[in-house]
Amino acid sequence: MIRQCAIYGKGGIGKSTTTQNLVAGLAAEGKKVMIVGCDPKADSTRLILHAKAQNTIMQMAADAGTVEDLELDEVLKVGYGGVRCVESGGPEPGVGCAGRGVITAINFLEEEGAYDEELDFVFYDVLGDVVCGGFAMPIRENKAQEIYIVVSGEMMAMYAANNIAKGICKYATSGKVRLAGLICNSRKTDKEAELIQALAEKMGTQMIHFVPRDNVVQRAEIRRMTVIEYDPTAKQADEYRELARKIVENKHMVIPKPLTMDELEELLMEFGILDEEDEAIVGKTAEAEAALAAA
Amino acid sequence: MSQDVNAIEQGFPLFNKPEYQDTFARKRVFEEAHSPEKIEQVFQWTTTEEYKELNFKRQMLGVNPNKVCQPVGAVLCALGFHKTLPYVHGSQGCVAYFRTYFNRHFREPIATVSDSMTEDAAVFGGQKNIFEGLENAKKMYEPEMMAISTTCMAEVIGDDLNSFVNNAKKEGRVPVDFPTPFANTPSFVGSHTTGWDNMLEGILRYFTLNHMEGKTPGSNGKLNLVLGFDGYLGNLRVIKRMLKEMDVEYTFLSDPEEVLDTPADGEFRMYAGGTTQDEIKDAPNAIDTLLLQPWHLIKTKKFVQETWNQPAASIQIPMGLAWTDEFLMKVSELTGKPIPASLEKERGRLIDMMADSHQWLHGKKYSVFGDPDSVTGMCQVLMELGAEPLHVLCQNGSKKWLKDITKLLKSSPYGQEAEVYTGKDLWHLRSLVFSKKPDFLIGNSYGKFIQRDTLHKGKEHEVPLVRIGFPLFDRHHLHRDTTLGYEGMMYILKTLVNAVMERMDQDTMVMGDTDYAFDLVR
Repeated sequence: MIRQCAIYGKGGIGKSTTTQNLVAGLAAEGKKVMIVGCDPKADSTRLILHAKAQNTIMQMAADAGTVEDLELDEVLKVGYGGVRCVESGGPEPGVGCAGRGVITAINFLEEEGAYDEELDFVFYDVLGDVVCGGFAMPIRENKAQEIYIVVSGEMMAMYAANNIAKGICKYATSGKVRLAGLICNSRKTDKEAELIQALAEKMGTQMIHFVPRDNVVQRAEIRRMTVIEYDPTAKQADEYRELARKIVENKHMVIPKPLTMDELEELLMEFGILDEEDEAIVGKTAEAEAALAAA
Repeated sequence: MSQDVNAIEQGFPLFNKPEYQDTFARKRVFEEAHSPEKIEQVFQWTTTEEYKELNFKRQMLGVNPNKVCQPVGAVLCALGFHKTLPYVHGSQGCVAYFRTYFNRHFREPIATVSDSMTEDAAVFGGQKNIFEGLENAKKMYEPEMMAISTTCMAEVIGDDLNSFVNNAKKEGRVPVDFPTPFANTPSFVGSHTTGWDNMLEGILRYFTLNHMEGKTPGSNGKLNLVLGFDGYLGNLRVIKRMLKEMDVEYTFLSDPEEVLDTPADGEFRMYAGGTTQDEIKDAPNAIDTLLLQPWHLIKTKKFVQETWNQPAASIQIPMGLAWTDEFLMKVSELTGKPIPASLEKERGRLIDMMADSHQWLHGKKYSVFGDPDSVTGMCQVLMELGAEPLHVLCQNGSKKWLKDITKLLKSSPYGQEAEVYTGKDLWHLRSLVFSKKPDFLIGNSYGKFIQRDTLHKGKEHEVPLVRIGFPLFDRHHLHRDTTLGYEGMMYILKTLVNAVMERMDQDTMVMGDTDYAFDLVR
């Protein structure tokens, strides 16, 4: 039984880095894993393949003329620990339809038998914002049923996580898609672990792991490697192995309960991230305030 | 079951033979079809008031729509220009549909190309398709203009048509001065009439927007005419004839009369006739531009008024007696040319015909469906004949149109009973005629299914279809006829009154029963 997991989260939060490092952890344990990059930037597999950017399904299809002329081994590359890597790819910003690219690529993988029974895990690394139906492709029927949201203690990251949870509800109520947990990728904000723990609880899920910040991640990245491959003895490598182990054992799958805007703001205020809102200043210009102060 | 090559039988009545009937019966068993009794029971239910109410609450489903999409209109408009190839930026299946749509009606080949956007084009955008499409189509088919419209696919992904076409020219795919007017025609907005209007505006814009210096309304002494989306070649011909009789010089902006009616003389003509580029460039110099179907020529009207500074005089579609009078008087007023005796005589003949037939048409009730302009014209014609519109259904009619036609209907004693519907489809109309039976249905070929269904309920419920509209797929050559002008009214009158006679004969030819009224003279 293949476990298919999708990784979502705010842009720039570290989805690709976290995914590849944890996949390396799974691979080191002997698990067979495939990563499907669902982002036109195509940077979801570089640490596994030691490559700048992998040839993408959509680019190869465009070069070949049609998707039908494409073969699986042209786009599926095997990297560290036998991890299979594909990138959906897509257009430059401003033209075409990147969401359609994700749909086309995943359909291609299914038709070509990329999801073979030997696999233990498939990870979809999805573009930061789920802007249209195409980027929800990985969580449609018969695909990823576990969703992990990468988050940090920053306000916007939590807003994004909550929004993604709303999106999951749409699919969860009609299918088997479940939220499997929040992965906190630390930005070293105040009381970060407690805050994400609290957020997770309110959403009805768990903080599956708190990944501390460590410069070894960047040192490994410069070498286009995961931490586990670059320096298996590093403390950070233990963190990713721990995250991988927790995911293997994870049984905590829920239909999330997204917070209302008020609830979320209340939580942020509780942890001192957001100040109490002062209704009196809403819509007041600097000039009006100055006049008021002078009076 | 095998056929004899020397006497091939058609599907009907061949399939009535026992071996085919047995196959059908087995198929029904295999498919676990409902019993005929159950099907009949459901059919009867769909004819009830209860079902009608549910039907009108229907929101998320269209059944038998009474409109098609924008690029269909754009293609028809583009066909009316000299040596012009309609070019559709989008998927080829759409364009195959447009071609068949027109050649089933006009029974002519329809030269239209697509740039065959496929999966990778949907993802990366269709610029490559435009590049290769324009280059190939120009080489292969040697047009002097390509009029570009779009399908849903290109619109959903937001292809920037103008810059793609300009880039193609910069790359040298087609010469910079090769005319490539374009219009965005998303299929999910408006209908075929919107697309026609958009394409015409695009063409006029391309040739005149930046070339207005030295152009003065009235300086060429001509009139421009715009027919809009229409399936009757006779309508182009009758307007031309009347203007010729008035000695008025004119330009039809989009004139597919020739290309949709090429002779079989051994020579294939991909292009024939049509408005020339010089005529388009000269069009701002005309006295005025008359829009014969004003309800859907909205963008064109705005362009004519704002860019050409012509009044675009407000007229009704020239259908029926009064509105043809108005049209001719407007032409006379604009050009100073009197209405000739020949047209007066034609008018007199029409009135004679109306007098001859009025007793058969007076009080007859009609349900009418179609596009806003032609439906408005048809209501006017019916009321002039003393016939009564009962249901008026126009899926692509606007709110403004609804108000206007309601006013028109209320202005006549014959329109008092009429109910007007916009945004409703032919499945709604089916419910309406079951609930309140008209004598006849007027519209395109798709109305035949309503006739079949009403007949199934019983001969006394049958609503015969009178085929006036577009498209007409199941009768030949009706597209040559005319619905505009006095001549058009004569055609409609003839068609309507003979449909009454035909029906009368059917009802009275039961020997020894109803044939006391099976009269030789009617």
